[in-house]
Amino acid sequence: MLRFEHVSKRYPDAGEALTDVSFHLHRGEMAFLTGRSGAGKSTLLKLIAMMEQCTRGSVLLDGQDITRIGERKIPYMRRNLGLIFQDYKLLNDRTVFDNVALPLVVSGYNHQEVARRVRASLDKVGLLGKEKKHPLALSGGEQQRVGIARAIVNKPKLILADEPTGNLDPDLSAEVMFMFEQFKQVGVTVLIASHDIELINHLGHRVLTLDKGHLIAS
Amino acid sequence: MKHNHRKQAGSRLVELFHAYLLNHAHGLFSSLGRLSRTPFTSAMTILVLAIAISLASSFYIVVANIQQLTGNLESSNQMSLFLHDNITDAAGQKLAEQIQQNGSVVEVKFISKKQALEEFKANSGFSDALNALERNPLPSVIQVVPKNALENNEDIEKLMSDFKQFPQVDFVQVDMQWVARLQTIMLIASRGVMLVSLLLGFAVTFITGNTIRLELQNRQDEVFISKLVGATHAFIQRPFLYTGFWLGFISGFLGWLIMTIMLLILETPVEKLSTLYNSSFDLLFLSFSEFILLLMISSVLAVVGSWAVLHYQLRQLKPQ
Repeated sequence: MLRFEHVSKRYPDAGEALTDVSFHLHRGEMAFLTGRSGAGKSTLLKLIAMMEQCTRGSVLLDGQDITRIGERKIPYMRRNLGLIFQDYKLLNDRTVFDNVALPLVVSGYNHQEVARRVRASLDKVGLLGKEKKHPLALSGGEQQRVGIARAIVNKPKLILADEPTGNLDPDLSAEVMFMFEQFKQVGVTVLIASHDIELINHLGHRVLTLDKGHLIAS
Repeated sequence: MKHNHRKQAGSRLVELFHAYLLNHAHGLFSSLGRLSRTPFTSAMTILVLAIAISLASSFYIVVANIQQLTGNLESSNQMSLFLHDNITDAAGQKLAEQIQQNGSVVEVKFISKKQALEEFKANSGFSDALNALERNPLPSVIQVVPKNALENNEDIEKLMSDFKQFPQVDFVQVDMQWVARLQTIMLIASRGVMLVSLLLGFAVTFITGNTIRLELQNRQDEVFISKLVGATHAFIQRPFLYTGFWLGFISGFLGWLIMTIMLLILETPVEKLSTLYNSSFDLLFLSFSEFILLLMISSVLAVVGSWAVLHYQLRQLKPQ
């Protein structure tokens, strides 16, 4: 599903962020990505989200090399991904419904289909009935669940989460992790960057550990 | 099975097309709503654009009005043959009849010294001063209207030199000459207007482009998030292009309004001046089709300015 082959990433002014990283995530696999700040977690996620291009090696998503993909094809490739951020990245001037609907509107679904899928998605994260609210009227945990609903609404093959529980208390964090496990159950591949070692160990999934740009355990 | 599959693909295409249209409609109205949510900023931008547009169209209408004035003069490539002072009315009349025989002449009219004086007294308002003169200072004139075919200068000059041969004729004046000079001046003026309008058009393009650039910066988060969920550049730039369209369209209308109000203010004094010159000059306003053209030009210029900025800036904006 997701395959890294000898991937290196060098920034012109900050030096090498990733060095010769190789791993393979299977369909329906759930894995954590850990390491200290600056170990290269964000860079790795950015390569998958096509926000950066690697200097050497290749990244394969569902068999397709996304490192050599043309600029014009990137939007269409991104529709296979569900991205979740530590700071939620919601549009605060739009309703919960509009936030979750964005990936579908962007892909050109009709109104009924958008409404149906948004509701199904909000139902999965337990926010049905809050469609008309604005993000800032919700708690942090609820906002993160809006972000998760938005990430899954397009039925992505791969979910990437960058410190999804970074701003949440332990109970909410466990709740969010439980949701990710449910996605894994239905065949979605999940990669979560986190440094919450306690929670990671407790859940017992595969762990990829980065140290100074090297993958030291997988 | 295969047929079914094709049917599904077809309905997905229809769905995409519907969503596309809906998207455009949404962009059209949401951008208008967005402009109204920042009324002060929008009003400032639109006013600046409207003033530029009204300046350009005012120049245009002024030249069009003067051209209308000189256009009426164009047909009068009339010649005036001024006769020597010692030629009697009878001799002048006879010469007029002789000229009438010339094939390239349409109309000949003899004006005696006395008639000329009467006419001048009636039109000039100097009757008292003229009465004070001991003798009539005006010469007899034969007015000749050449055939319309004689539009080029050479034919006119030939006719002129023919007339100069008559010993009775003192000198020949062609009204065409000053008309031609005036028309050349008008040509320069209209070209100047074109250049100034071009500059003002660039101003409209750049002002809109800059407004859209600021708008894009204000909505950076939205652009980033849209990019991350797989929006194409075309999708992201659509509402901004509609914002540009509205800026151009509204300021085009407002520019027309400003110009029309200025013309209405000028209309009464112009009419007064016109009656003082014994002429019936009607002030020219923009026609309906010119008004539509103005709206189209201002909208297109604004959209082009927005598009250029978006084309460049959207590639620069990378999600972090």
